[in-house]
Amino acid sequence: MSSTRKITVNALTRVEGEGALHIRIRDELIESVRLAIYEPPRFFESFLRGRAIEEVPDLTARICGICPVAYQMTSVHAIENSLAIAIDPEIRRLRRLLVCGEWIESHVLHIFLLNAPDFFGCHSGIELAERFPDQINTGLRIKKIGNRLLEVLGGRAVHPVNVRVGGFHHLPSKDELKTLLPDLRWSLEAAIESTRWIAGFDFPDFDLDCELISLQNNDEYPFNEGVIASTCCPSINVNEYEQHFGENQVEYSTALQSSRRDSSAPYLLGPLARVALNSRQLSPSTKHLIETACPPLPLTNRFQAIIARSLEVVHALEEAIDVIENYSPPYHAFTNYRPHESAGCAATEAPRGMIYHHYGIDSRGMVASANIVPPTSQNQLQIESDLREFLPQWLNDSDETIASEAEKLIRTYDPCISCSTHFLKLTIDRS
Amino acid sequence: MNNKKRLGVFKFASCDGCQLQLLSCEDELLELAETIEIAHFLEASSFVQEGPFDIALVEGSLSTSVDVDRIHKIRSSSKTLVAIGACATSGGVQALRNWGDHDEFVAAVYASPQYVDSLSTSTAIADHVPVDFELRGCPIDKRQLLEVIGALIADRKTRTPRHSVCIDCKRRGTVCLAVTRQQPCLGPITQTGCGAICPAYDRPCYGCFGPAAQVNCPALSEHYLAGDTTETTLLHALRNVSAAANVFQIESDRIESAHPESTQ
Repeated sequence: MSSTRKITVNALTRVEGEGALHIRIRDELIESVRLAIYEPPRFFESFLRGRAIEEVPDLTARICGICPVAYQMTSVHAIENSLAIAIDPEIRRLRRLLVCGEWIESHVLHIFLLNAPDFFGCHSGIELAERFPDQINTGLRIKKIGNRLLEVLGGRAVHPVNVRVGGFHHLPSKDELKTLLPDLRWSLEAAIESTRWIAGFDFPDFDLDCELISLQNNDEYPFNEGVIASTCCPSINVNEYEQHFGENQVEYSTALQSSRRDSSAPYLLGPLARVALNSRQLSPSTKHLIETACPPLPLTNRFQAIIARSLEVVHALEEAIDVIENYSPPYHAFTNYRPHESAGCAATEAPRGMIYHHYGIDSRGMVASANIVPPTSQNQLQIESDLREFLPQWLNDSDETIASEAEKLIRTYDPCISCSTHFLKLTIDRS
Repeated sequence: MNNKKRLGVFKFASCDGCQLQLLSCEDELLELAETIEIAHFLEASSFVQEGPFDIALVEGSLSTSVDVDRIHKIRSSSKTLVAIGACATSGGVQALRNWGDHDEFVAAVYASPQYVDSLSTSTAIADHVPVDFELRGCPIDKRQLLEVIGALIADRKTRTPRHSVCIDCKRRGTVCLAVTRQQPCLGPITQTGCGAICPAYDRPCYGCFGPAAQVNCPALSEHYLAGDTTETTLLHALRNVSAAANVFQIESDRIESAHPESTQ
């Protein structure tokens, strides 16, 4: 007689946005794993049509409150590529500085408040702070400097107002940026110490081979541009993305799922992929930390994504200090342009992975078409595939344990569910 | 037993940015957690408790039939319900669908629209259940959030200003973009709370905090339209993140009916 067991996690916790997980177990085998994103659709791609290209970065920021800069950067770069707008090198460096702010704020939130509690059996970062007050307070202080950087350069931390097509609305003075240096230098030392603490966590063993994808550049860590590099396939240019990757709708989710067009194979984006493909381009302190405190690269244990994320915080702090020390304001805050009928795309690295935008523009400078592919809809299939491999070891345990272990694995991807809905609740179904 | 107030944080259609503001109170978060019981906050804690709640912070707009049912349950289990952010107080940026063809919007994104639960409008929490306090902003300002939570903990009245962004530009010493550069700034009709950021960054206000108290929108529109501002530019300025905020909606609809070419 066959038996079915169904386990549901109705609302995943300590993730950004709302989703569920449904697990069906038949005869002690995992029959299906469905990551269901029930975040309501908000139709950005539809209402962007007919809007002036100048409005796009303000609108796309609202896709995600945690990584608005990633959406702003991807959209302005896609529009600038479309209209062949050349960007001043100093503006380019300032944009990297803005990305540093977002990576610090988003990564540190995930490391200390969302992910680290799982390694100590705590329900929240606040509970973890009772056991490790110094470490969590240090984390909050680093997070604050990330937000402060966004405030000075972007106007505010959530939905910054300063990004525009062609550059920025307003350039910061050298002095305004220099006031951030003491806190950034303190944070760099603190982040290095935090990474040593995190690298010593007790990690569940879950090392699984899969295709890792991230942007790649010759001489810098990937933020706002690069080729699309893979651990399995040759690199492609960003304008070939849609030929190689497609999105599909599944009945149980409001987020579309991405896969490779030819093989329907899932792939993994984010800090593990970026560090694996770009370790050479990391900052000196980050490289030293890898040599002295971290497991050997490449890191592929999903639970060690928290180490990769910590390394990226160190990198972002060091790069931010470098950009500010060498900053001299350019003559113009932005490059002027004349809109014409055109189309273009761009990919950037959001904290949780590569993000792709494509826009068509009409002769009046209005958006004619928009296609936005967030990182979590690309990771979704890999998360389901990983859960099918990870969960069998827990099948003799209670539904609560299975659900809790599944959630811990899901958190390691830092899924950003609000933005993937065009994405989580958890059911386990045992037959 | 403790007598701490029980806090619930709930999310509807939104970007998560407003509840993130609570986690962005880096200096106050741990102290706050000592003075209030965080009973339900999915993004921050996997210890999820049932109501009743003394304070419910509700982020996001209502745009699915399931969510409309859910807000009634939250209301019935909450003593004080505070709607936080432009989505919860006016429908948010996703209310731009209210002027679009919803079926076409769904079909443009989803190959199988029948699986998608989505309403043709995105509406504020107060359109469905009584709301005790509305905290504006896209995103909300964390100082205002702390003020509201502090007031609710202390059982005192909340104090958030209702004057326009203009006043804060003057306080900040920012040169007026509407007067000196004829830019269609929404500062004169937008409620303060952000700190008048945009004009200080050389760009016009785009209305994140919704309409200020007792504003005269048509007078401002006609002033801008008499200059270099086109109807389309002004319509789009009003139809942004606070598009369905009552006063902005009335004004954008007025401009549209007076100038039908503005949506072309």
